Amino acid sequence: MTSQIRSYLKSTVNPAPLAVFRIGFGLMMCFSIIRFWSYGWIEKLYIDPKFHFSYFGFEWIKPLETYTYFIFAICGLSALLVALGLKYRLSIILFFLSFTYIELMDKTTYLNHYYFISLMSFLLCFLPANAYYSVDNLIRRKSYQSIPKWSIDSIKLMLSIVYIYAGLAKINSDWLFKAMPLKLWLPSKYDLPIIGESLMQEHWFHVAMSWSGMLYDLSIPFLLFYRRTRIFAFVLVVFFHVFTRVLFPIGMFPYIMIVSTLIFFDAYAHERIIKVIKYVVQRLGFKSLKLEAISWVNKKPNFVPVLLTVFFTIQLFLPFRYLTYPDELFWTEEGYRYSWRVMLIEKTGYAEFKVVDAKKNTSFLVKNSDFLTPFQEKEMTTQPDFILEYAHFLGQHFKSQGHDNLEIYVDSYVALNGRRSQRFVNPKIDLLKINDSFEHKEWILPFNDEIKGL
Amino acid sequence: MIKKVVLLICFVGLVIACSSSDDSNGGGNNDNFDRSGLLTNYADNIIVPAITNFQSKVLALNAARENFLNNTNQTNLDLLSDAWLDAYKAWQFVGMYNIGEAESFTSNLNGFRVYYNVYPVSLSLIQSAAAGASYSLDSDAYYAAQGFPALDFLIHGIADGDSIPIDKFTSNSNSQGFIDYLNAVQTQITTRTQSIVNNWQNNFRDEFVNNTSSSATGSISKIINDYINYYERALRANKIGVPAGNFSAGQTFPDKVEAYYKNDVSRELALLSLEAVQRFFNGQSFNGGTTSGESLASYLDYLDNSDLKNDINAQFNASRQQIQTLNTSFSQQVSNDNTKMTMAYDALQAAVVLLKVDMASVFDIQIDFIDNDGD
Repeated sequence: MTSQIRSYLKSTVNPAPLAVFRIGFGLMMCFSIIRFWSYGWIEKLYIDPKFHFSYFGFEWIKPLETYTYFIFAICGLSALLVALGLKYRLSIILFFLSFTYIELMDKTTYLNHYYFISLMSFLLCFLPANAYYSVDNLIRRKSYQSIPKWSIDSIKLMLSIVYIYAGLAKINSDWLFKAMPLKLWLPSKYDLPIIGESLMQEHWFHVAMSWSGMLYDLSIPFLLFYRRTRIFAFVLVVFFHVFTRVLFPIGMFPYIMIVSTLIFFDAYAHERIIKVIKYVVQRLGFKSLKLEAISWVNKKPNFVPVLLTVFFTIQLFLPFRYLTYPDELFWTEEGYRYSWRVMLIEKTGYAEFKVVDAKKNTSFLVKNSDFLTPFQEKEMTTQPDFILEYAHFLGQHFKSQGHDNLEIYVDSYVALNGRRSQRFVNPKIDLLKINDSFEHKEWILPFNDEIKGL
Repeated sequence: MIKKVVLLICFVGLVIACSSSDDSNGGGNNDNFDRSGLLTNYADNIIVPAITNFQSKVLALNAARENFLNNTNQTNLDLLSDAWLDAYKAWQFVGMYNIGEAESFTSNLNGFRVYYNVYPVSLSLIQSAAAGASYSLDSDAYYAAQGFPALDFLIHGIADGDSIPIDKFTSNSNSQGFIDYLNAVQTQITTRTQSIVNNWQNNFRDEFVNNTSSSATGSISKIINDYINYYERALRANKIGVPAGNFSAGQTFPDKVEAYYKNDVSRELALLSLEAVQRFFNGQSFNGGTTSGESLASYLDYLDNSDLKNDINAQFNASRQQIQTLNTSFSQQVSNDNTKMTMAYDALQAAVVLLKVDMASVFDIQIDFIDNDGD
């Protein structure tokens, strides 16, 4: 066993797939940042709002007013440097830090895709992605002919975790038997050509989409690993992601996944991709350079495999932390994030906050639009930790306005996956007396239905 | 081998997927909902008739004003008051249509209503304008000094130093200023109303009906957002909640009711507003009794949510009953027994949840335009 591990850690492979992955990842990220910036989202999401929702424990990470643009600039620029393979290690660390900082600024914008990018860039900090076909090679005048096999395998493993956990999360009665929430989303795509007024309206189609989505997620890593099904699998990947892109506003994610899954192809395919890139680069007037080709030598001792083992162990267990909480995960969302639960729930909510002066026994209602953007309000009304954080913000705000003996209550309702709305948070609980923690939030009213499954 | 297993799994999945559709009655979704029929019903039978009716009342109000200014006496002021009330009632049926030309007036959350019905009205702005201060009714500082509330004060209120309402236009030292301001306020109402009506009649009707897009900028999504916005802000909050002190630490405001200076019509106006809301929901035509076309209600039926439709109508009815128990003058009601006022508010509030949460979830429309990537 140990000898097997030892020989695995020593085994090396052609570095081309990792180089292509580095180029693809860097370019996609750079483009994502430009896209985000050009849509005016930096201003809209990080500068305009008066209040930002923080992640538990990361309250110190806030947007920096106009300097926020600076962080985005660093992020976009470092992504480009990653693609070029110029000062790779520094660039990827800068990218990881700046991107993760951006994500932590306001949890309103939390997306599994962004979490995926953070994890992937963290992983890339430890991989020799500049070993081949990078500007760093030109500077050092040498190019590696091989890299450790585990470096490419770890990316494949990361991608497989994303798919498989997304698939496992779909094994629940709402998704498989009620076709929720696709049954809510698809009929409203009635204006798509051809399928809009037909397939999109059919219940059997919603069910078929749910089942095939689950089967796709669970099987695609295996189909990609296995050489004989690989081409077929990649066609599926392209079809699936392009189709979801047509249906849903999911930005760059489909393209990122399509490019990422290329890593499953063998070195020969990647050498051909690099040949194409080389051709383009030469047409642009750059001359090719003869580099000294050297083989990879394992450093001793190398802590990276150990670190990655810890990293992946956490990844394997983190999505199951919801098991430690009572009540329905989709309702309380305790342990919902960082678990590849993608497009699983449709929640609509309503939350009206009542500020009470306990001494004078008077109260007034808060207009959420005075403090939150419509997007923030939408996210706040359906997620308990947002409701609590907002209540505390309101408490501070009204205290600074001279109100005393404050108590804050919320009248809130949520409709989950097409069910009728139900009262969400206990309206008799003074939210200012509650502090956020990882413990179960007793003040969320129990879900009056049952969703079976993982 | 693996390939075969995978193929088998895919096949089994497909079989399960297909067979599970057989025992679900097809979800009732087989014949498609006529969305352009819905928009056509709203445009041709409800919205355009309501705004042209409003336009005719505004023109009648203009005639009554000219009559009053030509022959300034109490009888003609009473006639002006009648015409004002007629137009104000007609307004209750158009205040929710912040779409098309009306939407282009302002980006304020209250929409084009800021040029028609912001109350309480600012007496100091009106009186200083009458005294010669320069003003612009288009500027947001003057939202609270125009529209029906300003006319309410000019027709029924008593200016500083006067003894009866008509003094403003006769004995008051700024009488010419008041006359000019009356003209300016009515010109503003007339001009904006004309441009809204023209826009609907010239091209917006077709644009509205043809824009069946499912996006946030499609007509269905926009009109539902306008509808809920109107119900929540203009009806629930402004007409009932604000005077009843729901937003102000229990401090009540008898002077923040609609038509405060006329004073005995606030209940009537609120009931009409609720009627407009309920008729819109059920798609009942503006002119024709109970006949109805495709509507939010029938859309809910189509989506297998008739229970929700019934609950919403029941909640509208409960709200109506609650409002009917109130004094004809909400300022009286607030001063005498505010509990009944807050009960009416609670009844209206219960429907907000049904509209904004349950209905929005079933229709899968975003409440307010949110432009960002999703998961």
